[in-house]
Amino acid sequence: MKQVRLSVPKIDSSGLAMGKAAYVDDLAPQNTLIVKILRSPYSYAKVQKIDTSVAENVEGVVCVLTKKDFPRKIFTRAGQGEPEPSPYDKFALDDYVRYIGDEVAVVAAHDEKIAEAALKLIKVEYEKFESINDFEKAYESKVVIHPEEEAHPTFDIGYDAKKNLAASYNMSTDDVEKELSRSQIIVHSTYYTQAQAHVMMEPHACATYFDYQGRLTVLSTTQTPFHVRRILSRVLEYPMHKIRVIKPRIGGGFGGKQAIHGEVYCAAVTIKTGLPAKLVYTRREVFQATYTRHPMRIDVTIGAGKNGIINAIDFKILSDTGAYGEHALTVLMVAGSKVLPLYNKASAVSFDGKVVYTNNTPAGAYRGYGAVQGNFALESAVDELAQKLGMDPVEIRKINMIKQGETSPIFRIMGEGREGTDTIINSCKLDYCISRGMELIRWKEKYPCRKISANKVRSVGMAIAMQGSAIANYDMASAAIKLNDDGFFNLTIGATDLGTGSDTILAQIAADELEVPTEKIIVYSSDTDLTPFDKGAYASSTTYASGNAVKKAAEKIKESIMAKAAEYFKCGISQIKYCEGVVYGPDNRQITLKELSTIIYYSGSQEQIYSCASYVPTVSPPPYMAGFVEVETDLLTGKVEVIEYVAVVDCGTPINPNLAKVQVEGALVQGIGMALYEQVIKSRSGKLLSDSMMTYHIPSRKDIGKITVEFAESYEPSGPFGAKSVGEIGIDTPPAAIANAIFNGTGKRIRKLPITPEDIIFFKEKHE
Amino acid sequence: MIIKINLNNISKELLISPDDTLLDVLRKTGCLSVKKGCESSSCGVCTVLLDGTPILSCSYLAAKADGHSVTTVEGIAEQAREIGEFIAAQGADQCGFCLPSLIISTYYLKNTIGNPTLKDIKQVLQANLCRCSGYESQEAAVARYLGVKI
Repeated sequence: MKQVRLSVPKIDSSGLAMGKAAYVDDLAPQNTLIVKILRSPYSYAKVQKIDTSVAENVEGVVCVLTKKDFPRKIFTRAGQGEPEPSPYDKFALDDYVRYIGDEVAVVAAHDEKIAEAALKLIKVEYEKFESINDFEKAYESKVVIHPEEEAHPTFDIGYDAKKNLAASYNMSTDDVEKELSRSQIIVHSTYYTQAQAHVMMEPHACATYFDYQGRLTVLSTTQTPFHVRRILSRVLEYPMHKIRVIKPRIGGGFGGKQAIHGEVYCAAVTIKTGLPAKLVYTRREVFQATYTRHPMRIDVTIGAGKNGIINAIDFKILSDTGAYGEHALTVLMVAGSKVLPLYNKASAVSFDGKVVYTNNTPAGAYRGYGAVQGNFALESAVDELAQKLGMDPVEIRKINMIKQGETSPIFRIMGEGREGTDTIINSCKLDYCISRGMELIRWKEKYPCRKISANKVRSVGMAIAMQGSAIANYDMASAAIKLNDDGFFNLTIGATDLGTGSDTILAQIAADELEVPTEKIIVYSSDTDLTPFDKGAYASSTTYASGNAVKKAAEKIKESIMAKAAEYFKCGISQIKYCEGVVYGPDNRQITLKELSTIIYYSGSQEQIYSCASYVPTVSPPPYMAGFVEVETDLLTGKVEVIEYVAVVDCGTPINPNLAKVQVEGALVQGIGMALYEQVIKSRSGKLLSDSMMTYHIPSRKDIGKITVEFAESYEPSGPFGAKSVGEIGIDTPPAAIANAIFNGTGKRIRKLPITPEDIIFFKEKHE
Repeated sequence: MIIKINLNNISKELLISPDDTLLDVLRKTGCLSVKKGCESSSCGVCTVLLDGTPILSCSYLAAKADGHSVTTVEGIAEQAREIGEFIAAQGADQCGFCLPSLIISTYYLKNTIGNPTLKDIKQVLQANLCRCSGYESQEAAVARYLGVKI
């Protein structure tokens, strides 16, 4: 009874379709206090005086919290494991405000309108400072964004606040300068990526209340419930054993809900007043005051022989972490570690990156996590190299790219915020991904372009990518399975389904191992009181790490069931066979799981059958993909339309082919948005002007062409049923593939994102 | 002020403020299928039917709905379940936050356009944004539900 590889419908789909109470705002207690946050109108300032007396006297206002109401506790909101790789540089509330949107004060009132009115009645006097909104001017600027003494990293991350340096990292596998000087062909270019916004449909929300046991209960739209519990406890100096964090259904995350956002303020209100409270971010707050993708400037130099073999790659990165250093080091490193090993023939590879503080909206985790930025730069540069050599872009990749059974020194040197781990690639079908993708897009027929009218040209482009599956030797996942009478199971997992369908695919893994239909596995997830520990949903870890934990737990409980059956049949366990929910003993005797479980609990040994297992990955096997795109460029207006995007993805075994495919499709469209539509607009004073869905454009169904996704099935020996990750990889190729296609159609090499019609019309090649 | 609306085939008198949006009133009344996503009539997750026509309830004053009928997923349970099954069969439901609004728009499409084409589907559903699915699987599901060949 195979359950893996079946496209089982999502276990929560019917309830969500019917509008059942499922999300934080649906489940928050009735008549909670409404919490609102007063945010800084200035890029960089110091609060001189704050007068809350008028606001506090408004009828219906219950409390106004300012800096004095919070412990002076420095922390990071990043939502990572311990030791946290992001610098401690944030207070819940502080005198300094470091970007437009930074928190100044907190209001709680009996209704939303009163809370909003009260916000306007808080009088704040600011001392304004010169701000830095251009990240290329931040390093060693006379304007220091974190002058406070308390800010510090938890370990050496190349941090130097006096220079506005949140993190830095460099490495090289050999002497790159020497290799470059030996190279017959050199390309050197600079690429820029933007502060893309996540725009998950559900804004960040939380609700807090004391339950009937006096436990501080936090409903949160979080990707990391266990990290939220730990961080909340630290920041509010509130005992961790009195906090319960529940993640109900959440309306998308994409990394934007990995960090702590409103939970600190909402919980502080409940602790202070004893009353239930709720904080739902407005869409403007989501844009202005949660997270963006780290904008980067990436200088790439590639050295190659005339035969097209790449000898040397040099990456120099400047990354903008905004006002706080959340995910500063780790995103930077992933821009190298999950990009550079693609071309493992290079004998020298070097990487040198700085992450600077600015007075912009903080950057944080976002699907792709550095890899998409790095991919845009490297995969554009490889096409530039192919053009210089007069080679087909596909051919140059084929002779340079990593293959199954091979390795790269980068795996050992660069991890995520730490040293990496030696990795032999045991599953890689990149060659098939490319050949199949070529067929699907009809590359040979369409490359490089054809004119379809006087003003319109259609052209194709491509890129390849890799990602990882979880963080090796760092984060753990666990699962517990309980056998119930009637022979069905409860699976409890700390893993966090943020709308990806992970509850469903983890149930499929358990069901497959236990040889029962998936509907016999009842899943409860992401409740810090009721489910076992899990790192949360990030780093493409759930299928791989949590899936392995679930598989182990299922194997264990199967053994327990067989041991009980041996007692029942009064035979040795070696005589027991388990097959599709039926246990077979000697002499053709057999008993169903339903009968056996009823006997165990009511008249037999009367002992709970339960298992628990944990998993810590020791490697992070990369999924791979090839992305091919056909675009149509209007030479008069510069408008680019995506006609078709083809992705062939090697994610190992797709546990649920439909859900895996839609993960890729959704990621591709986010990548297309990053490549063409999602423009971040700021005023000269640093105010974000693209702070609504009217001004920040995510793709609609009319903005994208046909999307074709296929899988190149490989088998990852270390993954559950051969699976690797699939959540992030899909976003990596569109920026480079689209830029490459535009070049192939127009001869214009655009090296920044998004690529707008103006970029194409007013294009001028810079000559060095 | 008090408004009278026919909400999902039940006559209701609701006490509202003149500046309440229909979205906020519907959620307070227990229609949790109606979601708040953008507050700027951009994303479509607050879509409901007003006298059978889709509107964005985040930018529609509840007072204006006085005397009209309003339909949410809660009022078309049987059809919603069926459409939902088609969407789930493609794995297109994902986070589910935009799902009820997509169902409402699909229900409208079925009831108003005879023999719809894929172009009609794109046209009617274009106001329903989704950040998870990439649309392809959603459209395949809706096309199957409506019997449209793709």
